[in-house]
Amino acid sequence: MRSENITPLNSDIVCDSCCVEFGSELVLDDVSFSVTSGTLVGVVGPNGGGKTTLFNAMTGTVPLAHGTITIAGLSPDQAKSLIGYVPQKEYVNWKFSLTAKNIVRMGITRMNSFTPFSSNKEKEIIEESLEKVGLLDRMNDMVQDMSGGQRQRVFLARALAQGAQIFLLDEALSGVDVGSQEELIEVLKKLRDSGKTILMATHDLNTISERFDEVLCLNRHCCAYGNPLQVFTPEVLEELYGSHSSMFANHSLGSHGHTDGI
Amino acid sequence: MGILMVFEYILDPLHYSFMVRSLIVATLVGLMLPLLGAYVINRNLAFMGDALAHASLPSLVLGLLIGTSIFIAAIPAAIIVAVLVAYIFNKSDISEDTAVGIIFSSLFALGLILLSIYDEISFSLEDLLLGQLLAVSHADVLVTIYLTLLVIITLLIMHKQFLFSSFDPFGAKVMGLKVDLLNYLFLIILSLAIIGSLQSVGVVLVLSMLITPAATSKLLVSSFSGSMILGSAFGVMSAVTGLYVSYYLNFPSGPSMALTSTCVFVIVWVSGRILKYGQINK
Repeated sequence: MRSENITPLNSDIVCDSCCVEFGSELVLDDVSFSVTSGTLVGVVGPNGGGKTTLFNAMTGTVPLAHGTITIAGLSPDQAKSLIGYVPQKEYVNWKFSLTAKNIVRMGITRMNSFTPFSSNKEKEIIEESLEKVGLLDRMNDMVQDMSGGQRQRVFLARALAQGAQIFLLDEALSGVDVGSQEELIEVLKKLRDSGKTILMATHDLNTISERFDEVLCLNRHCCAYGNPLQVFTPEVLEELYGSHSSMFANHSLGSHGHTDGI
Repeated sequence: MGILMVFEYILDPLHYSFMVRSLIVATLVGLMLPLLGAYVINRNLAFMGDALAHASLPSLVLGLLIGTSIFIAAIPAAIIVAVLVAYIFNKSDISEDTAVGIIFSSLFALGLILLSIYDEISFSLEDLLLGQLLAVSHADVLVTIYLTLLVIITLLIMHKQFLFSSFDPFGAKVMGLKVDLLNYLFLIILSLAIIGSLQSVGVVLVLSMLITPAATSKLLVSSFSGSMILGSAFGVMSAVTGLYVSYYLNFPSGPSMALTSTCVFVIVWVSGRILKYGQINK
């Protein structure tokens, strides 16, 4: 059932001249970059800059008007089982009271999962996945009773149960307190060390270099991609945030205490 | 002596075959609707449920015209209405509730006109709107049993998929689940369940059996699966109690069942508030 059993992997993401249009509006314009396996990438840019659209294009839920995306050598539609998606909390219907176990089980749910019960093997996968994100002891707790960071870790466990090699986290840190953010980042770094590729949309520029190996700067087009300590030049910030870029002038971006890129 | 009297009260109506048939249908309706109601209240589909019930009026009238069982025309028509509503729900440029509102009011109006044209129909408008449980035939009982089995089996085998696509539709889509197809399927079984319940509680009151027991159980149980099961228990209890109330007090059956389920909700809600108030003031 898990994807590593069916697909040999080299978790590269290659995005080549991608364009996405909504009606007559060009939301992504000629975006190109590539990510090698085992990299933790921060995706930054203003609201409406195309971060979520890029993730949607990578998951095959938004069609490309031009260009190609390949994931481990496959098209987004073919690579669905390799992509673990952690949604923005607004996209989830929290009226459903579910345990962490219920949510992780969704990772092994397919259209032909015609039984309401889990097999022993599925239970093992669920427990293993929760253990990897440090929440095994809370598997029977309601997710509604958990902190924002713990909820995101449950969704990560769901992606692990799915057998994902590439993790897309859409603003997973928004509304999460600093301590929980750090716990989540620690889990992501462990996943990265085990060879997983992770892209996370974020607005927090101050901790970028401490948290991410690479950063993708996106404002409808790819403004820059590379080491967080090097990419945040005044030109890139101007492209990203326009007149608001001046507010970063007196701050050290990329890292607390590092100013190399400015 | 007291217990014997209670038994007598319970068993006395069962000497009449129409009451046995009504009791079977009421139990099935009480069992089936709240299972779907748990999804409906969490997915904000109450208006959709109401719309499906109202939109079924023309198909009910057609069923009555054809004769034998009202289900003969009503079931295929219900599937068509559900697919149409789901299609507009998914594809329309106008807002969902506006689109659904237009369809349901139009079909309801069509049903009323058909009812006025064909005056040979034995059911009155009141029967269709408020239910006429005591008039169910043997064939109606059988069809209701089949519909209930179909709904329960579908919910069981598709539970994981329905839950995933309801909780996190985009995540489900990313993982390759056919979310649109699942929505169509859910609305079809909801529509069938509503059709199967219309003779008991009628077009207007079907919502009370769909929503109220599920809402009552949500007050007591936090887990979703638990609320489905407890909702069904409340549904059966309300339907059966309502039927007995209607028999002994000579009330219409549909409104009796609807009001009983509301009474259960109020009792549970008030008890919960009193308990909470008591705990705060300890």
